Amino acid sequence: MQKSLLLGVEAIAQGAIDGGMSGVYAYPGTPSTEITEYIQHSKQAKELNIHSDWAANEKTAMESALGMSYAGKRAMVCMKHVGLNVAADCFMNAAITGANGGMLIVVADDPSMHSSQNEQDSRVYGKFAMMPVLEPSNQQEAYDMARFGFELSEAFEIPVLMRITTRLAHSRAGVARSAEVMVQNELKLPEDKVQFVLLPAIARKRYKKLLSNQEKFEAASEDSAYNAYTDAADKSMGIIACGLGYNYLMENYPDGDCPYPVVKISQYPIPRTMIKKITGECSKVLVLEEGYPVIEEILKGYLEKEAVIGRLDGTLSRDGELTPDMVGRALGFKIEESLEIPDIVAARPPALCVGCSHIDVYKALNEVIAEYGEGRVFADIGCYTLGALPPFNAINSCVDMGASITMAKGAADAGLIPSVAVIGDSTFTHSGMTGLLDAVNEKTPITVIISDNESISMTGGQKSSAKGKLESICEGLGVEKEHIHVLLPVPKKHDEIKEIFRKEFEYKGVSVIIPRRVCVQKNVRDQKIKKASMAKAAKA
Amino acid sequence: MVIAGVGGQGILSIAAALGSAALDNDLYMKQAETHGMSQRGGDVQSFMRISDKPIYSDLIPKGGADIILSVEPMEALRYLPYLKKGGYVVTNSTPFINITDYPEQEKLEATIKALPNYVLIDADRIAKEEVGSARAFNFVMLGAASPFIDVPFEYLEEGIRKIFARKGEEVVDMNIKALHAGRKFSQENR
Ligand code: SF4
Repeated sequence: MQKSLLLGVEAIAQGAIDGGMSGVYAYPGTPSTEITEYIQHSKQAKELNIHSDWAANEKTAMESALGMSYAGKRAMVCMKHVGLNVAADCFMNAAITGANGGMLIVVADDPSMHSSQNEQDSRVYGKFAMMPVLEPSNQQEAYDMARFGFELSEAFEIPVLMRITTRLAHSRAGVARSAEVMVQNELKLPEDKVQFVLLPAIARKRYKKLLSNQEKFEAASEDSAYNAYTDAADKSMGIIACGLGYNYLMENYPDGDCPYPVVKISQYPIPRTMIKKITGECSKVLVLEEGYPVIEEILKGYLEKEAVIGRLDGTLSRDGELTPDMVGRALGFKIEESLEIPDIVAARPPALCVGCSHIDVYKALNEVIAEYGEGRVFADIGCYTLGALPPFNAINSCVDMGASITMAKGAADAGLIPSVAVIGDSTFTHSGMTGLLDAVNEKTPITVIISDNESISMTGGQKSSAKGKLESICEGLGVEKEHIHVLLPVPKKHDEIKEIFRKEFEYKGVSVIIPRRVCVQKNVRDQKIKKASMAKAAKA
Repeated sequence: MVIAGVGGQGILSIAAALGSAALDNDLYMKQAETHGMSQRGGDVQSFMRISDKPIYSDLIPKGGADIILSVEPMEALRYLPYLKKGGYVVTNSTPFINITDYPEQEKLEATIKALPNYVLIDADRIAKEEVGSARAFNFVMLGAASPFIDVPFEYLEEGIRKIFARKGEEVVDMNIKALHAGRKFSQENR
């Protein structure tokens, strides 16, 4: 059969479409964004009427997916790893309510922090919630496991977490699609009318059910087609390889002739019998995990009864993604000598695009801040975070979505006045609004700059939930009308912008300044689309 | 093969043509690429692996690349640790300068010319003057690397045809012309 060339994320999207999904819910975040984008652009998904609009944040996305599952249909929710922190409230409780229609929670981790603030491992969340976890090791498994995840979810009436990492997300390979496209579920309410009502008395019962189901989840892992024990003669070492770790292992034995017994794990909870067998038969065990040493830590324990090597003893690096070389070294291979990077090669960090509106904001901001003294600008997550780098060096914090406003508030409460928040339009509607309400309620002297480029730019210009709504949201939250300013961030207006900054920094209450100019990249893309559709119309 | 460049230069179209060529001819392929933050003018790379046997790792091991194809001269050097002994560096000579400490052009060229196997080609000029489209420089580069890629040359032509089919005959022909121009330069200057 003809294979399709798909990124790991696209394979999941296609797998979910072919697996009878009725809706995907998500907020963009690298490396998860293209799952939803693929579905938005899929003709097949459109014909099947699959929901795929962006949500305001990961929590609203997860809750909507749970609602769809409640109604009996298959739903997928996608996010990057730190997005799961935002959605964690719903996530943990969804393990207690369980699912009705199949629910697949896809979380893309970013070890080595290519585009993130940390490298948290979502498998830990899976264990925390006591949910089954899938960790595909290649694009084909990613495709197959989307459908399998829905089936597992419906069989055990629980949401299933699928954890992927950057390398799989953004690597392409040929994927064979299943011949059969599953029909979407009919609307069907849960048989147990109070299944989703987590009053303590009901929640206790549901929790006991979750606990008693653990054995079943484990049995499913033992039987899973995605987990395997492969025996071999040399028992001086056994290898446990999770997700992509398996690929880096096999890369070192291209003819498939690994001399050591191997347990491949792509489904959790950990298949206990396989682990017992390998630790029992081998003198020591090497654990290869893309992310935290989750299994390694469990096996090693405090008593260190098992001879376990991996990330904790330095055999592999404690942080960052695995590489084939790192794994090769752990297996005792001599690494090929290679050339070094010549000294003349300079670092080329990412930077704001030429003509970006954030540049005009930072240029003005820096000059006015200099009048008050540095150290008072709290920024957020988005392209404007690049304002931390030269030549701007304009911001003093970037922590999590929305934290700019609330950190500015805390600092102002502590006496750092004025304190300034810089946040993007979409980040504001993601998690900034509630913090602004806190500040309004206390009339905290902060200035909030919502640098509005009318798109979610860092992830590729997705539609911003904030579009056309910012002023009315701020007014609705109680910001005084005369302290809301919309301005055009262009070099010509430099002095005017400074004047407004200065004036509002002096105001002893909440001010919101909205510099608004569409993202340069988004504009280029929009023009292209416009031109193409005009050409099409002309032809017709 | 490591394909290197700067975010926004469009190296992924090179990978796409190769990928499609590989897949249509029943070869195994894996191609890892950079998305997200570094696409904003940072260094970007794509790891392209093609084989007649199954491929496991999405990443190329150090010292494991047969070719470094770079659309920017300094970026070619960034990936030298991945180059196999005897492997080729095929790089565009036109720099993309978006940083203040970009090395001097002469030193950069000297470093490239000190490598045992290299092709240094002004793909921008060839695209503009010989092909007639500045945007085709990516496929001039693929053409320049083609003598070292162990995949029949027709496959590459097919790959280009396929990925640009939607854009019409003219675009296809332009990029195939670019492919040939790059290949010719390489054969004459390796
Ligand atoms: S993508 Fe848009 S918002 Fe981001 S740096 Fe470029 S112009 Fe600015």
